Amino acid sequence: MTHPFLFLQWVEEQLHTHLGEHVTYMWFVMLLLIGLAFVISRGIKMVPSGWQNLMESVVGGIENLIVETMGPKGRTYFPLIATFALFILVSNLVALIPGFYPPTANLNTNAALALTVFAMTHIIGVKEHGISYLKHFMGPILALAPLIFIIEIIGHLARPLSLSLRLFGNMYGHEIVLMIFFALVPLFLPIPMMMMGILVAFIQAFVFTLLAMIYIAGALEEAH
Amino acid sequence: MTFFAWCMIAAGFGMAIGSFGTGLGQGLAIKSAVEGVARNPSASGKILTTMMIGLAMIESLAIYVFVVAMIILFANPFTAQVMELAGK
Repeated sequence: MTHPFLFLQWVEEQLHTHLGEHVTYMWFVMLLLIGLAFVISRGIKMVPSGWQNLMESVVGGIENLIVETMGPKGRTYFPLIATFALFILVSNLVALIPGFYPPTANLNTNAALALTVFAMTHIIGVKEHGISYLKHFMGPILALAPLIFIIEIIGHLARPLSLSLRLFGNMYGHEIVLMIFFALVPLFLPIPMMMMGILVAFIQAFVFTLLAMIYIAGALEEAH
Repeated sequence: MTFFAWCMIAAGFGMAIGSFGTGLGQGLAIKSAVEGVARNPSASGKILTTMMIGLAMIESLAIYVFVVAMIILFANPFTAQVMELAGK
């Protein structure tokens, strides 16, 4: 509906496989990231130059952000969080190339990402605290525990919902706005919206990563 | 067919009301953030980060309305039933 022509969908139609556009473009983003990481990590030098500079600053920036928000304990979860950040950022930015579709503009991709965050939060919580992780859901007063337990459960279930819907709504809404502007005036008018798309892509990738970090940090800290 | 006309109206009005409240909320948040930065420019980095999270949180309300509007317009669960009733 949003795109008149999708490059990978055309390839996929030639091959007669039945894959959604979000799947093919997610594979594309994965290939891009893995290939880039592989190629750059082959030629690591002590004095970085070119691409290695860029990747080092990206990795260093994400690590700084993790230490700032989660404390030094959060370094353990660097691979997970950096993967979220890079994958979401690249798949948001892929929308700006004509003929490409952002996999994050489909609810399935985002639900998968958000459910990973949800599951990891509780796995990390149980791993860190054992059975006393349940204290996170109890609240300060034992008599009120059954009441607070239900509220906490609802709050925790709302997290993946809001994470996935926020990313989906932003990216899909941007796609639709672009298409409407493109249908009204094809020349020059979509360009400011595409500029805003770059901003939205960065902010949404940042927000998703930051919220994932905050949720994991919440599971890491001691119950009060 | 009045059903679909009302769907359009509901989606439009819903989006308007949703973005009204969100706009007010984001305006208040940015106002406070700018005041904070003006008073203490050295804290701008932390304020910016916190403001971004807050803005994304507030914005998600409008995004929920947008998703509901899109469901009403493009993926209405009652379309088949209404078409069946209209066909009778």
